[in-house]
Amino acid sequence: MDILLILRALRKNKVGAILIGLQIALTLAIVCNSLSVIQQFVQRMQRPTGMDEANVFTLASAWIADPADLKAQIEGDLAALRAIPGVIDAISIVSFPLDGQAYNSGLSLKSDQRSPTAWAATYFSDEHGLNAFGFRLVAGRWFNADEVTLLRYYENKYPPTLVVTQALAQSLFPSGNALGQVVYINSQYARIVGILERAQTPNAANGGQPDRSVFLPMLPMNKSTQYVVRTRPGLQASVMHAAQDKLFAVDSHRIIQRVTPFLESRRNAYMLPRTIAIMLGVVSALLLAVTGFGVVGLTTYWVSQRRRQIGMRRALGARRVDILSYFHTENLLIVGVGCVLGIVLGLAINTLMAASMQLTRMSVAYVCIGALIVLVLCQLAVLWPALRAASISPAIATRGL
Amino acid sequence: MSGYYLKLAVGSLRRNVVITALMVAAVGVGIGASMTVYTVLHAMSGNPIPHKSDQLYAPQIDVWGPPTQETGTSQGVDYNLPSQLPYRDAVALLQAQRAPHQAVMYAVSQDISPPAGRAFRASGRATSRDFFALFDVPFRSGAVWDADAENKRENVVVLSAKLADRVFPDMDPLGKVISLSDRDYRIVGVAQTWAPMPRFYDLESGGLGDAEQFFIPFTTAIDRQIPSSGGENCQGVPTGGWEAHLNSDCAWIKFWAELPTTAQARDFKTFLVNYASEQRNLGRFHWPPRVELRNVTDLLIYNSVVPPAIRAIGYVADGFLAVCLVNAVGLLLAKFSSRAKELALRRALGASRGAIFGQCVTETLLIGFLGGVFGLALTAGGLAGLRALLAAANQQGLPVDRLASLSAEIIVITLFVAVAVTVGAGLYPTWRASRVQPAWQLKAQ
Repeated sequence: MDILLILRALRKNKVGAILIGLQIALTLAIVCNSLSVIQQFVQRMQRPTGMDEANVFTLASAWIADPADLKAQIEGDLAALRAIPGVIDAISIVSFPLDGQAYNSGLSLKSDQRSPTAWAATYFSDEHGLNAFGFRLVAGRWFNADEVTLLRYYENKYPPTLVVTQALAQSLFPSGNALGQVVYINSQYARIVGILERAQTPNAANGGQPDRSVFLPMLPMNKSTQYVVRTRPGLQASVMHAAQDKLFAVDSHRIIQRVTPFLESRRNAYMLPRTIAIMLGVVSALLLAVTGFGVVGLTTYWVSQRRRQIGMRRALGARRVDILSYFHTENLLIVGVGCVLGIVLGLAINTLMAASMQLTRMSVAYVCIGALIVLVLCQLAVLWPALRAASISPAIATRGL
Repeated sequence: MSGYYLKLAVGSLRRNVVITALMVAAVGVGIGASMTVYTVLHAMSGNPIPHKSDQLYAPQIDVWGPPTQETGTSQGVDYNLPSQLPYRDAVALLQAQRAPHQAVMYAVSQDISPPAGRAFRASGRATSRDFFALFDVPFRSGAVWDADAENKRENVVVLSAKLADRVFPDMDPLGKVISLSDRDYRIVGVAQTWAPMPRFYDLESGGLGDAEQFFIPFTTAIDRQIPSSGGENCQGVPTGGWEAHLNSDCAWIKFWAELPTTAQARDFKTFLVNYASEQRNLGRFHWPPRVELRNVTDLLIYNSVVPPAIRAIGYVADGFLAVCLVNAVGLLLAKFSSRAKELALRRALGASRGAIFGQCVTETLLIGFLGGVFGLALTAGGLAGLRALLAAANQQGLPVDRLASLSAEIIVITLFVAVAVTVGAGLYPTWRASRVQPAWQLKAQ
């Protein structure tokens, strides 16, 4: 196929070729960036929290009047919850993984450090916390009942033991052996008595360090509180009902809201990345479709402009296949140039996005996949007008000038 | 004549079904994407109270002075003033009575113990009685409490129709008593469902949030020490009890005044400046007096209820529409050029250039309309998709179901925009088609 011939023909139809080329560039840039973002978001959404996600639910409770003995009320609630058949354990909490409310504490190796060695999301739990969440201990132990103190609003005197996640232990003591070490949490002395395999932070869905969490043995004392309840498999729905009935039976002068299985909380936590991923997917698909339309339109227009030339070439001996391959080659040239532009544009967009959205750079694989998709799409799109061109009768050449 | 053009247009579209379908699809997809985003933008940024938005003003006073950063240098005179007022300033403005209608207010949340069934939490507003006159809130039954009840700090309440129906189904609750966080309030009125979008009178508590369920007197709420559940800005961590909070410079009260004429607005602003100067003379402020008086129209722009991310998506959607239109233009060029012979024949038979132009414009119009209908279907689908994806946000205070729904206005706008942009984009191919050379085309048979 004579490339020069094609190029000369294109030069006469610059506007259309440039428009389609630019459109292909834009489409490729957006498609490969979208693929990369979607893949990263999907990966992010599949990370485990470290707890027994399928069997945990949370609920919020608030007493309408100020309770005379808050400690007794909360302990009464917890006793009632733990007594429900099917419940493995229950605790009172301030926050839980992926709920979006992070209380961060700075941990240091020395008491006089100016800035902390590591920041961690702070969780408060009594001795039932390990079973209530379903975390896995990889070293040491969970808290004992005698270590648990009360957490009151605005009080920040912490007990001297804490449990950390593996990720946090790693960042504090990179050489290992974090168990038993002393750290200073918000300048207060404490010893690490246990290490969990994994416990995600409340803000893990929004990027940043997802696994650095520290647990303190404190029972939250608040008129408004949240409970975490873990049930045996399959019993969650019935226990969710029973729990509300039980709590109202203990004290009916209260509000109970947001009784939510953790899996639903988890889905809600990732609502934004999921929506963005789907929107990017839809936009990419639409762009590809519209680019396809454009290729069909432009090629049809060129075919109609060159009817006589095509007829004459057929009359002079060109086969149908030659006409087909002419248009496919022409399309290939335009797509090729468009793809090169698109790769440059895509990399530029990617650099911008990686900086502002906390994502990693896209790998070459997505560029190649994107280019392949665009190429196949355009070649398919040009097929229909090219077939119509190939069926132009050579007799056109004989119909006068 | 246009009936004839229409017949020609329909016939021509039917003859090239594939190209027609592609054009309608191109326009429809572009319209669908951009109108989906536009619907949300439109709902977020519409004027919620168009007949009065120029007359309702919220004053701002510089109560904190110029901010100083850790390095000790100040930021100059361009810093933002707090958007709410401290308690004592709000009350002082109210008592000065410089506006025909004025109200102080803040958001509260109370636990409702219904006569039957379980207790639940509801959000409401502590406000002075002029609230309903200021914002033209309609009543279903009863009326706002009288000035006497307000001065005596009585436990009275106006319910929203929704709350009234939930707690007192099938009866008129006027005169009955409802328990709000363990206190009994006498119901004096039931307000019609009123949920302006955005909730312009308290953007700090969520401009897109849900409507209030109840209204209690401002004086009563202060007297019972009911805390604010809305936005609050303090300089430094608040310490001390309720009294200290009332005397502090924490900005948590909203003040609204109706000033029907610009002269009144000017006078009010002068009064504000005098008030701030007076506070300076009393030793409370150590900086030159600075005040702002913005009406609802200005505030909506100043506060930009629409998050920048959504605006950016809007621009992207417009760009997408442009791309789709460029494709439609290409397809139109293809279509008209393949009918050059037919058009040339008509020219040879005596049609003027304008007649050809008119015929092609009719065709473009038809495509635009069909594309608009298709785009409308896509918009409906897109909005349904958005509602499903963001369903959880409804509980988090973002009323997605109201923001992402088709209204009659949007439908009309969609069709109009589709036709307008298609005809506009099709001007070049139409012009080229009308310039067909009859002799040239007819010779090449």
